[in-house]
Amino acid sequence: MIAEWSIRIVASASVLIIALIFLFVFREAIGIFSSKTESISDCAANSKTASSSAAITNNKSKSLRLAPEIYNPDSSELILIAQKNHLQPEVYNPDSLDQFASSKSQEIASISARQNIWQNLMGKNWQPVSEHPKFGIIPLLIGTLKTTFIAILFAAPLSIFSAVYVAFFARRRVREIVKPYIEILAGFPSVVIGFFCLMTVASILQNIFGLDYRLNSLVGGIGLAITVIPIIFTITEDTLSAVPKTYREAALALGATEWETAFRVMLPAALPGVVAAVLLGVGRAFGETMIALMATGNAPLSTWSLTDPSRTFAATIGAEMGEVIWGSLHYSVLFFLGALLFVMSFAINLLTEVFVRQRLAKKFQGS
Amino acid sequence: MRTINAPYSFHSIKKRIIGWFAIFVSLGSLAIVVTFISVMMIHFLVQGLPNITWSFLTEAPHNNNTEGGVFPAIYGTVLLVLTMTILGVPIGTATAIYLSEYARRGSIFARIVRFAVNTLAGVPSIVFGLFGVGFFIQFIGSGMDSALGSATPIWGHPSLLWAAATLSTLTLPVVIVSVEEALRAVPRELRDASLALGATKWQTVKRVVIPNSITGILTGSILAVGRGAGEVAPIIFVGAVYSLPELPKSLSDQFMHLGYHLFVLTTQSPDVDKALPQQYATTIVLLMITFLLNFTAVFARLRIRRKSL
Repeated sequence: MIAEWSIRIVASASVLIIALIFLFVFREAIGIFSSKTESISDCAANSKTASSSAAITNNKSKSLRLAPEIYNPDSSELILIAQKNHLQPEVYNPDSLDQFASSKSQEIASISARQNIWQNLMGKNWQPVSEHPKFGIIPLLIGTLKTTFIAILFAAPLSIFSAVYVAFFARRRVREIVKPYIEILAGFPSVVIGFFCLMTVASILQNIFGLDYRLNSLVGGIGLAITVIPIIFTITEDTLSAVPKTYREAALALGATEWETAFRVMLPAALPGVVAAVLLGVGRAFGETMIALMATGNAPLSTWSLTDPSRTFAATIGAEMGEVIWGSLHYSVLFFLGALLFVMSFAINLLTEVFVRQRLAKKFQGS
Repeated sequence: MRTINAPYSFHSIKKRIIGWFAIFVSLGSLAIVVTFISVMMIHFLVQGLPNITWSFLTEAPHNNNTEGGVFPAIYGTVLLVLTMTILGVPIGTATAIYLSEYARRGSIFARIVRFAVNTLAGVPSIVFGLFGVGFFIQFIGSGMDSALGSATPIWGHPSLLWAAATLSTLTLPVVIVSVEEALRAVPRELRDASLALGATKWQTVKRVVIPNSITGILTGSILAVGRGAGEVAPIIFVGAVYSLPELPKSLSDQFMHLGYHLFVLTTQSPDVDKALPQQYATTIVLLMITFLLNFTAVFARLRIRRKSL
């Protein structure tokens, strides 16, 4: 009896963990709205290095805008110096020079920025380490959307078509080899994929297209696509295999060809499953940290160009959480970003659960 | 046979071309994916294997991580996943036992638990890291410190224990899903026979179901370990460090981690080109560990599935 009840209680652990994540990530994020004075001086201390390296970068021409990249073997010595002085990714800081000049208005500005935290969050600049810290999440949002979009653009067609081939056209033996082979990819640590993109994919793309930036959203998006492909592939293939055989037989008996059966009968029948797969892929892509951190170039720019560097929510947390002073405003803002990520993943899961899975179950129960 | 009436009609030719095209596109995508995976693996093997030496595996890194080995990182990773397994697997197994043995069909509590497990599986790994900071370190760790009355924080800072706890919450859904699958593979007749002999539900679970699915439970743990060994994002600020003067001695120490070591080598090394052999060799070691674990798990799982059929 005791054992049974303890099992029941332990089983609620995952519910508890979800609740705790909700509670504690949000609790730390709430710090945004309660002002603490020490964080201003912390930021001020940090910004000395930031603005000195920004001064180097600002004087020079376009090639030096490469500086936000963490790793860049091709660029000039100067960037290496700048990076040595200041290892944090947010070296590129165009506005801080201007701020440096107008020191009088700073204090007033930083106080008003604190008061209008919402305005600050909705701003277009992400410069957390400066005398006038700006926590505009718009560039990060754009970066997240961009890389996720590229990832899905590559991953969804590739993995759905592959799944169709494996489920309908491939021989059984081919299927038994190919499916586990693609699933190997799911076992790759993301830091390894990030490394591969950083070293190989980035160089190849730059050589082919002659891109201005070696690390950019495209490279990061491809990296994310690599992690998403096994997810979409596996789920799509499973749902396609779960479509009742009678569908296929009926279609063929009515005179449909093989591809018509595959693409006009089976794929539409499995559509909810495919949608669920893509949604889960989206969830994985925007939350992926290491690849985004290593391969996207990590510059919080508000451009929609796919070949510019970008920076995602997750990468921002990963890059800055280690250096931030616990309890400061910057710290709270990072938790706020985490809370946003959590809410987004929760919403996606709710969507797949309520909308897609139940619909799929209903559909196949009827047959 | 299907187009008896119109073998030469325009419609039929068009259809046939579309058919070829459809198969071509599907086969093409599959080929791209498979080629990409192969290229990636061969690239790592070719670049990395020659750099693996005995001293690389047994020495500590020195000279700014450009020379020496990765022993502290291997040690830290192994220690981390062991602690994680001890913390996470019992909870995961108990949850799986509840879901598979005790939950009644349509029970609302079971549905909530299942939804929570699915949600947990979808939460971005970096959020677990924040959770580790907010809950384990700031709340429990600092709470323990103030309860023990220590002036210097012993538990209220990033450490091996909190990183392991964070990872065990991350890998919980992996354990639950695979253990539940293993439990469901135990034939119904065995349970019925046990119950018919007068055993209680708990006796049946303890004496019949668990011994029959012990391989599956182990598989779940191994899969979780494989997943946990490769995750870097959640532990960056919950305990992993990029260099250590000595190996961690207790659970409250910080540690080095292979994945984090690779990240540091590739992005924060003062001389990236010089550290290149180290990077590839580290990658190989990390891949070997995760693959070994994954292959063991997949193999064991195949055996379970065959048995259950």
